[in-house]
Amino acid sequence: MLKSYLNTAELIPDGVAKALKNFLYLPFFRSFTPYSESGSDVFKRLPDFFSKPRIRGGVHAEQHKTITATQGIVTNFPLPKKLYIPLQQHVGKPAEPLIKVGDKVLKGQLLAYSQGMISAPVHAPSSGIIVDVNDYPAPHPSALPIRMIVLETDGNDKWLATKPVADPFLLTPEDISLRVGAAGIVGLGGATFPTAVKLNMGRENQIDTLIINGAECEPYLSCDDRLMQERAEQIIDGVRLMLHGMAAESAVVAIEDNKPKAYLAMQAAAQPYPLIKVIQIPTRYPMGWDRQLIRYVTGKEVPVGCRSSEIGVTIHNVGTAHAVHKAIRYGQPLVSRVITVSGGAVARPMNVEVPLGTLISELFGFCQVNPEQTARIIMGGPMMGDSLPHTGLPTVKATSGILALTHGELKNTDEQPCIRCASCISVCPAGLRPLDMANNIRINQLDIAVDLGLKDCISCGCCSYICPSNIPLVQYFKYASGEVAARQQAQHKSGQTKRLIDDRNLRMERIARQQHEEELARIAAKAERERLKAAQEATT
Amino acid sequence: MIANIKPGCGAHVGVKANVSHIMWQVMLAITPATVFGLWCFGWPALNLFIITVLSAVFFEVFCLRLAGRVAKPVIMDGSAVLTGWLLAMTLPPWAPWWIGVVGSGLAIILGKQVYGGLGQNLFNPAMLARVALLISFPVEMTTWANVSPLFFSSSPGIIESWHITLAGLENIDASTGATTLGFTKTEFSQNRLLVDILKDYSGFFNFIGWTRGSLGETSTLLLGLGGFWLIRQGVIKWYIPVSLLLTVVLLSGFFHVMDDQHYVSPFLHLSSGSLMLVAFFIATDYVTSPNTKAGQLVFGAGCGLFIFVIRSWGAYPEGAGFAVLLMNAATPLIDHYIRPRIYGRDRKGKPLEIPKS
Repeated sequence: MLKSYLNTAELIPDGVAKALKNFLYLPFFRSFTPYSESGSDVFKRLPDFFSKPRIRGGVHAEQHKTITATQGIVTNFPLPKKLYIPLQQHVGKPAEPLIKVGDKVLKGQLLAYSQGMISAPVHAPSSGIIVDVNDYPAPHPSALPIRMIVLETDGNDKWLATKPVADPFLLTPEDISLRVGAAGIVGLGGATFPTAVKLNMGRENQIDTLIINGAECEPYLSCDDRLMQERAEQIIDGVRLMLHGMAAESAVVAIEDNKPKAYLAMQAAAQPYPLIKVIQIPTRYPMGWDRQLIRYVTGKEVPVGCRSSEIGVTIHNVGTAHAVHKAIRYGQPLVSRVITVSGGAVARPMNVEVPLGTLISELFGFCQVNPEQTARIIMGGPMMGDSLPHTGLPTVKATSGILALTHGELKNTDEQPCIRCASCISVCPAGLRPLDMANNIRINQLDIAVDLGLKDCISCGCCSYICPSNIPLVQYFKYASGEVAARQQAQHKSGQTKRLIDDRNLRMERIARQQHEEELARIAAKAERERLKAAQEATT
Repeated sequence: MIANIKPGCGAHVGVKANVSHIMWQVMLAITPATVFGLWCFGWPALNLFIITVLSAVFFEVFCLRLAGRVAKPVIMDGSAVLTGWLLAMTLPPWAPWWIGVVGSGLAIILGKQVYGGLGQNLFNPAMLARVALLISFPVEMTTWANVSPLFFSSSPGIIESWHITLAGLENIDASTGATTLGFTKTEFSQNRLLVDILKDYSGFFNFIGWTRGSLGETSTLLLGLGGFWLIRQGVIKWYIPVSLLLTVVLLSGFFHVMDDQHYVSPFLHLSSGSLMLVAFFIATDYVTSPNTKAGQLVFGAGCGLFIFVIRSWGAYPEGAGFAVLLMNAATPLIDHYIRPRIYGRDRKGKPLEIPKS
């Protein structure tokens, strides 16, 4: 029924259709049609009452992307004097250093090897001398020190000799993931999960769809956008290599419809490969949340506590695909990445390719950030990023952007009482009830908050974004999660202590009992002896 | 505990909004209906309106002082003004001054501050106050002034209007009458049929608000437009108003079709009493309504059901206040049972099964 309307949409002049849509599109149409090839753009968002909505919640954040998305990636970033390379730039165990202070290293040389199942190695982002392996402040709100390798660059930027592969498609899938693992590639969308582990899981679970995440839904950030515009062929090659590495069928590249140029470039690059489809998805934060994207593209939901590969889907970021291409084709490990530097306090906002371990202060110098105007420094995007206390912190594999925001751009921080407006419930993509959780956390009822789904919160920030009372909900939840974990640990510890004490008491009791029995036995023996003695005396 | 967490994470950007912004938008939306009502009922209505709003603010300040809090920023959020305003909208336009003062006191103290202030109350303060007034002072609360617009020769002047506000009406019968709903109710009780009852009834005048009734409830048209604007602005969602009005229309339509001499038409239901005000401005109160889409649909339908039942078979001609309070009491229950499904879990909260492919 509605489908026939969609086909007549082309007959209506654009202006009229827009006006119609604006009139009809009251805020109550929350469901969108699933991705389809037909239907003009104007009517793309009209509800399709006959299908399940595939997008839940989310917000329309102000984009602020144009200024950086319209200029090319800057590649002539001056090499910093010193690079600070953390050993923990990924999910899992930190890498184990294998160099000593004073060692000379070349660009791309292995500095620390991965240990354990889920981990990733770290390589030298440039050539130079190792001057220190010590604790330095981490790029984290707390800026607590973590282990880092300090590399003094020699300015030559000389690569370690690599052996490029003639035809990577002759390699076995296992070999592909081994090489990806050895190159230290992690998810560059920000989750930093070791890519090789994901490829292995995909191979074990028989993936039927590989989704390439080109949503880039965070405001301000445009590094993936530029990457897709400028290096589409390389990304598509990386996607093909990943498919080969997972022995998977087909791939879908999903790009938000606010990036038409990236979409066209990717489509042109994917033209020769019928198994790689490039689609446009609605622009709506958090479209890049992997599970939201999986639901939108495949219609399937990932059950809680499962990996997406268990339902036959794996999702990788476009930046990761690009890194895979470089690693397999040229044997280059992950030593640099494109970072968006933007925000109101930045005089020269740009996308710039920098070696990992570059201090933020160097970036800010290059992009001319005004420290007086900077109200907050953010690593990542404005929705999920962390605010940093100062600029003496290094960039890492997860750094997709560094923002210097002015007071005018930040959300107000004057917290008012919750008026139960339920905006947070309607924007939560995970279907939680943030206001109830926050109210329970406020009165320290953490168990109830957990029951309400605290552990299913993905910290996407939609609730904080929309809250008219400016309540920092995500902070409440992070605080509560940390507190719950700490309590569980404390409980575990006290449980162990209690067990030890109980064991000791039992042991003591046993010893005392044994002693008591021995004593009794001794007394009994003595009495026996005396009785015998008395009997002998009596007989003599 | 929470206070010492640095603003380290979460959304650093966001909508430029605060509570007062929402309150002012709601006030803007009811301004047309208010202005029309004040014009319709003249100076006494304006006196009552000002007294009610000012005393609401006064009681808010009084309570905050008692609690030892700084009053000014709290007053600036506009919620007290809005409570007083909405209460004034539901009062008989020529009610004496103390009705406004007592009503505001009940609304702010009993309806809101005893629960702990903004966002904590269980019942809608304005409705709570109105129902309490109706039960306590039935005569004052059911004395409906005739339409006597400002600057008409027949309407009371400024001096005379202060008389009405301070000392009550001298000659009640000459300038008052019954509302449509009240009139039909009393006539039904005398076994008359709708054909005779509605001889003088004009659907059009009822629709635009040129009729006896509460200060700001008469104009179906202006309230509807204001409500529609609020939905467009995204301040309220459509679920409650639509389900409430639809329930009333469907029920009254059904009964009217079954027996058109003892049940008034859906149009009369929509254009009389406080239905529109309640649907768009009272029942949609964030604090006292459920906070999921399905819950709000249930809430609206429940309000509509109670309104229809009380209007048709209850002792009062208008049941919107009672209906809203009843559903307010059910709101925690609705929120407990109707909750969104968490991603990757089923309705009961168990993780989904992995589909066998």
